[in-house]
Amino acid sequence: MSTTSNMNLTLKVWKQKNKDTKGKFETYNAKGISPDMSFLEMFDVVNEGLISDGKEPIAFDHDCREGICGMCSMYINGRPHGPKQGVTTCQLHMRSFKDGDTIVVEPWRSAAFPVIKDLAVDRSSFDRIMAAGGFVSVNTGNAKDANNILIPKPEADEAFEAAACIGCGACVAACKNSSAMLFVSAKVSQLALLPQGKIEAQQRVWDMVHQMDEEGFGNCTNTGACEAECPKSISLENIARMNREYLISTAISKK
Amino acid sequence: MSNSGFLKSSIGKKFLMGITGLFLISFLIVHCFVNALIFINDGGHTFDLGCEFMGTNWIIRAMEIVLFAGIILHIFQALILTLDNRKARPIQYDSYDGAANSKWYSRWMGLLGTLILMFLIIHLSHFWIVSRFTNHLAHTKEHALPGQETMFDEMKETFENLWVVILYSLSMVSLGYHLLHGFQSAFQTLGLNHKKYTPLIKKIGVAFSIIVPLIFALMPISIYMEWIK
Repeated sequence: MSTTSNMNLTLKVWKQKNKDTKGKFETYNAKGISPDMSFLEMFDVVNEGLISDGKEPIAFDHDCREGICGMCSMYINGRPHGPKQGVTTCQLHMRSFKDGDTIVVEPWRSAAFPVIKDLAVDRSSFDRIMAAGGFVSVNTGNAKDANNILIPKPEADEAFEAAACIGCGACVAACKNSSAMLFVSAKVSQLALLPQGKIEAQQRVWDMVHQMDEEGFGNCTNTGACEAECPKSISLENIARMNREYLISTAISKK
Repeated sequence: MSNSGFLKSSIGKKFLMGITGLFLISFLIVHCFVNALIFINDGGHTFDLGCEFMGTNWIIRAMEIVLFAGIILHIFQALILTLDNRKARPIQYDSYDGAANSKWYSRWMGLLGTLILMFLIIHLSHFWIVSRFTNHLAHTKEHALPGQETMFDEMKETFENLWVVILYSLSMVSLGYHLLHGFQSAFQTLGLNHKKYTPLIKKIGVAFSIIVPLIFALMPISIYMEWIK
């Protein structure tokens, strides 16, 4: 355990009953917070205090608490997942804050991510985009031998980097236009870069982009905020690839 | 996959922004080149010849219509995209730290564009309307009827006013920042991103965004300071 002294913090947290009601900020005191706690553990402490006082705890999403599930959607002090780069909220530690700080915590704000309760948002719009085209069609039967389709290492690496996307929605939250293009482009790219995915690439990009538009996400203006805030450092190159694939798909379609 | 939905899609709308943006950049090159003829400093003789060519060549005159269409389309698409984007985030963040993840001019393209549009209206009333819709200007001094002036004379008169010079110079700062984001952004939107060439495109973009507005700004400044006579 660390010997540095514990901190007292003020939290300004968004409280909202459900997607149909208007939310508002409420202030909480977080007392005796260890700098070694994760941001979510700090919330656990605050919630335990609220529960023991007979008050309603703050609702927030979390699952793996090791930076791979993408659930911990908190917009902290004006940035998704807080002040550090390349981390999710569960990987953010309280040593990033100082004793006496006021921390503003909001949910992802996007028409396509309605608030379920407080800080928990409904990201099923991402699931519907995936269902529209984020897959490859394969025959059932025995599994094929590994590596029977040779893939150049650099391409495999690029596809892997795109596939690192955990669908957390920080790109949408960071974007001033609430655009989902970094997410969709990563999903388009991870498949389009590999031979198994190339076969359906044209139809896929069309279907996924149109589902994205239908969900009510905004339009990309290339500010690069998504790339800067992405916990998995997904590159803007993917957005260019998606644009390119979409333009070519439109240009050469027979309909 | 049909072409009908293309212009309604987010990428289709972005594509129109990017392609009209690049077209307007190509216009800036021509405009800057012709106007830079004043720096020859021969009493506006070469510049007036340039203006005569631009005013009488039918290809250029036809492109003038395409240019206005391009400007209108660029503005129209920007409005549609901005309204779309507003709808995509009905409740704004209480605390928003944009500076942590993006450049201010990339977030304020709409404001910079509006400043440029306001400048454009004033600029068109200074020169374009005078040359197209009044009988005030002759192409060259030799052809001037009594009471007529050339475009160079008009330029000198306009830029005698210090406020006009300041307005033009500040507007070129807006243009510079608009280009600083817009130039490389247009390539990204068109899908022209490549590990080898994108750093080069970005460098050219930065150079273009500084050099072109600087040359433009030097025109009113040089005339006001009487470096050009």
